[in-house]
Amino acid sequence: MRTAPVRRRRRRKAPAENRIGLGPEPYRGLKTTLCAGCGHNSISERIVECFFEMGIDPTQVVKLSGIGCSSKSPAYFLSMSHGFNSVHGRMPAVATGAVLANKNLLALGVSGDGDTASIGLGQFVHMMRRNVPVVYVIEDNGCYGLTKGQFSATAHLGSTTKSGIANELPPIDTCGLAVQLGATFVARSFSGDKKQLQAILKAALSHRGTAVLDVVSPCVTFNDHPGSTKSYKYVRANNVPLQSIGFVPHFDEIHVEGEFPPGTVREVEMHDGSLVRLEKLEEEYDPTDRIKALDRIELASEKGQILTGLLYVDTDAPSFTEMLNLDDTPIAQIGQDRLRPPKRALDEVMAELA
Amino acid sequence: MQSVKVAPVGDSLQLKAREVVNDFSIHVATVNGSGSQSSNLILLRALFEMGIPVSGKNLFPSNIAGLPTWYTIRASKYGFTGRKKEVDVLVAMNGQTGTEDVESLHPGRAVIYDEPLRLQDLRNDLHFYPVPFDKLVAPVCPQHKLRKLVRNVIYDGVLASLLGVEMEELRRAIYKQFGKKPKAAVLNWNAAIAGYEWAEKNLEKSDPFRLERMDGNEGKIIVEGNAAAALGAVFGGVSVITWYPITPSSSLAEAAQEYLKRFRIDPETGKATFAVIQAEDELASIGMAIGAGWAGARAMTTTAGPGISLMSEFVGLAHFAEIPVVLINVQRMGPSTGLPTRTSQGDFLSAATLSHGDTTHPMLIPATPEECFEFGAKAFDVAERIQAPVFVMLDLDLGMNYWTADKFEYPDWNMDRGKVLSEQDIESLQGDWGRYRDVDGDGIAYRTLPGNRHPQAAYFTRGTGHDEDANYSEREEDWIRNMDRIKKKMIGARRWLPEPVIDDNAAARIALIAAGTSHEPVRESRNQLLVEYGVESAYCRVRGWPFSHNTEEFIARHKRVYVVEQNRDGQLRALLRRQFPAIHDHLRSVRYYGGMPLDARSVTDAIVEEERL
Repeated sequence: MRTAPVRRRRRRKAPAENRIGLGPEPYRGLKTTLCAGCGHNSISERIVECFFEMGIDPTQVVKLSGIGCSSKSPAYFLSMSHGFNSVHGRMPAVATGAVLANKNLLALGVSGDGDTASIGLGQFVHMMRRNVPVVYVIEDNGCYGLTKGQFSATAHLGSTTKSGIANELPPIDTCGLAVQLGATFVARSFSGDKKQLQAILKAALSHRGTAVLDVVSPCVTFNDHPGSTKSYKYVRANNVPLQSIGFVPHFDEIHVEGEFPPGTVREVEMHDGSLVRLEKLEEEYDPTDRIKALDRIELASEKGQILTGLLYVDTDAPSFTEMLNLDDTPIAQIGQDRLRPPKRALDEVMAELA
Repeated sequence: MQSVKVAPVGDSLQLKAREVVNDFSIHVATVNGSGSQSSNLILLRALFEMGIPVSGKNLFPSNIAGLPTWYTIRASKYGFTGRKKEVDVLVAMNGQTGTEDVESLHPGRAVIYDEPLRLQDLRNDLHFYPVPFDKLVAPVCPQHKLRKLVRNVIYDGVLASLLGVEMEELRRAIYKQFGKKPKAAVLNWNAAIAGYEWAEKNLEKSDPFRLERMDGNEGKIIVEGNAAAALGAVFGGVSVITWYPITPSSSLAEAAQEYLKRFRIDPETGKATFAVIQAEDELASIGMAIGAGWAGARAMTTTAGPGISLMSEFVGLAHFAEIPVVLINVQRMGPSTGLPTRTSQGDFLSAATLSHGDTTHPMLIPATPEECFEFGAKAFDVAERIQAPVFVMLDLDLGMNYWTADKFEYPDWNMDRGKVLSEQDIESLQGDWGRYRDVDGDGIAYRTLPGNRHPQAAYFTRGTGHDEDANYSEREEDWIRNMDRIKKKMIGARRWLPEPVIDDNAAARIALIAAGTSHEPVRESRNQLLVEYGVESAYCRVRGWPFSHNTEEFIARHKRVYVVEQNRDGQLRALLRRQFPAIHDHLRSVRYYGGMPLDARSVTDAIVEEERL
């Protein structure tokens, strides 16, 4: 890890083309059909910006989702990428299969809190356990929007529905769960915090293995009222960012800018050489210390804080496709000559069975 | 298909004076977990090496150790290797079941038993051979802990003496069985000798059953259907297997993994051209297979009934979103957890129409190890050709038991990767393509694979309504057009499925239809009907669903067609009636659903009753 603070070179204005010569259009999608003001739309916008700015080839991206409002959103970005709106809660399996077939694909999974923390909890857990290379975004609004506002499993104890019914069950903290299960990149953000969400998304795109991003994303129709803990107002009032996050992509020249008191900046070098630069707002927080991360997440939950920032990262763990020691050619592109063993192989087995 | 018409059948125990050579069953009753599987396989292999057509079926409980288990070996010089209902030679090692096992025998049969069980007092019309297994095992196996395992090989030696199993073949079978453990081989061989020598000295043979060398197994192999299907998948180019452990399919995925490790790791780089993933459940295993199929891998999952139920929603998605994936279903007895270690053909209906809405999924139904191999490979061609889930329907009897088979033939066909557009294809179409357009009129549209670098290659896959260009649509015209196209595709799928094997017969009084493991019993039953009742029959063995027009014509030609199957509700017949409503009144039903491998006698008895013979 580097010790000197660095800052990416400032750009005067947004370029019309990115480093692979594409304009922003291929990164956009269809017009959203979600409600006006829905947090998910802001997340879609960040996805468009980040993929464009990172110069990611959209033909090498797959965008996958489960079922729910959030899971509709892949239609609203990356029109040049293959998309897969699968079944409720089981996008992790589909994403796993897709990256097994073609390990060169960049998989972006979009899910919701119902999709992830209720029906899909089993798949979510095992995806992280395997460290499947997927950027997994949970668009977390604490309720089921498409079926008119029922509580989800991330709704806080005591928060209410629009009609005033209080939630009697404790929430599942997807980030706490992720850290506990050994996920290798865990972050929480807020759909209304453009700068933080952008930096975290870019960092996640540079990670190998599962990157879990829980993005609190208010539901303007069903869960943006005074009794909600996932409303714009509540999140703004209770957001406790752990760090101010900067991101220097691997293809940008890195140069030092300014001096910072020792211990106030932490840099994490991602697998692809990008740098995540964390200006610490909580001095003692170390995003590579799992136990402390869990502690801090618990504390936030007790205090009713929405703790945001990079909660945990492990850049050394091998991803699932690396562990499988797959051929250099993606499996899906291997032809008959290498998929069908030669005749002598069958003769050998037949001799053994005779 | 050869139809043997030479075997004299009937209760062979008006046998008194005459010998019964190479045509009887051996039934070994032991306790689960006592190592009897090894001694049974050794016996099976020795008979196989003696050139006698033979099969071995494990009738086992859902248990690791302690419960009763039986192994039944059928030796048949006529080549009938289905289960024989009547037991001819009983080896009774288990006190829990000894009395019942002996009481169920027909007169004149032979019983080799563990002396302390004192079974000879139960009947006076059987040939009893008490053997002091504990006394015999002690000197050859000083280690007390191993005696429980080794004493079973002693009955192999005793049977060698009484029935005429060649000791040299027994020795070779023991050394093959314990190939990697020379000490165990020596120990077991000594135990077999002890049994043989003791029997030679102390037993006087009074029963008629005898084995002798013949030449029935030239060029044959012994193999389980699961291993055969696994090999088929490997030589069919499977590249992603995702599965969840479940009896009776687990050994299929495990065998495939072993063969893949052997043959599909690049010797130079040490890297794999495959991935085998044990998933967290069947919801995930089918999801992963679908994701992999979508992205262009030859993907499959292996499972059994409960897994099929869990996969239901995902299979509907793959059907509707048109994603190739192979499901190998090794059927066991349901509903629910059912009889998890017993065989059944109870998933025909559920697999064929799995999921909600109008869904149909082609099935390939192998009856032999050769077909497990062939269909295990071909299923991928069918799935990629029609871009849909395809089922390969084995059952526990076929999958987990040992069968004699011809050596498998190396695939002489090229893999069919289906309608996939490359970057160049899209370029030459100037980007004008639609994922669900019926360009060729066969209902099969063209797809692109994720990672295709052409800027117009991408499309959006979804289980919700979509138009021909894969756009979200709730318009009724779009919906109906899409559903009709998929139907057309599925009807057309027949041309990629294996044709029925038809043995027609102008003199036939009745006809039979069967599939899968009902084949051996039906083959033998036809012989029984002919020899014992003078009834000529015709036979159509279906191997794929939707059924071929050849099956339809066969039914139309015959007035009374008995559909033989292993489930309560006549599922195969229901599928036939559904597809051929005009001739449904030709169809009659023979059903067995007790969980044992089907036997010929049960089929014959049912037809005899129905025909009032």
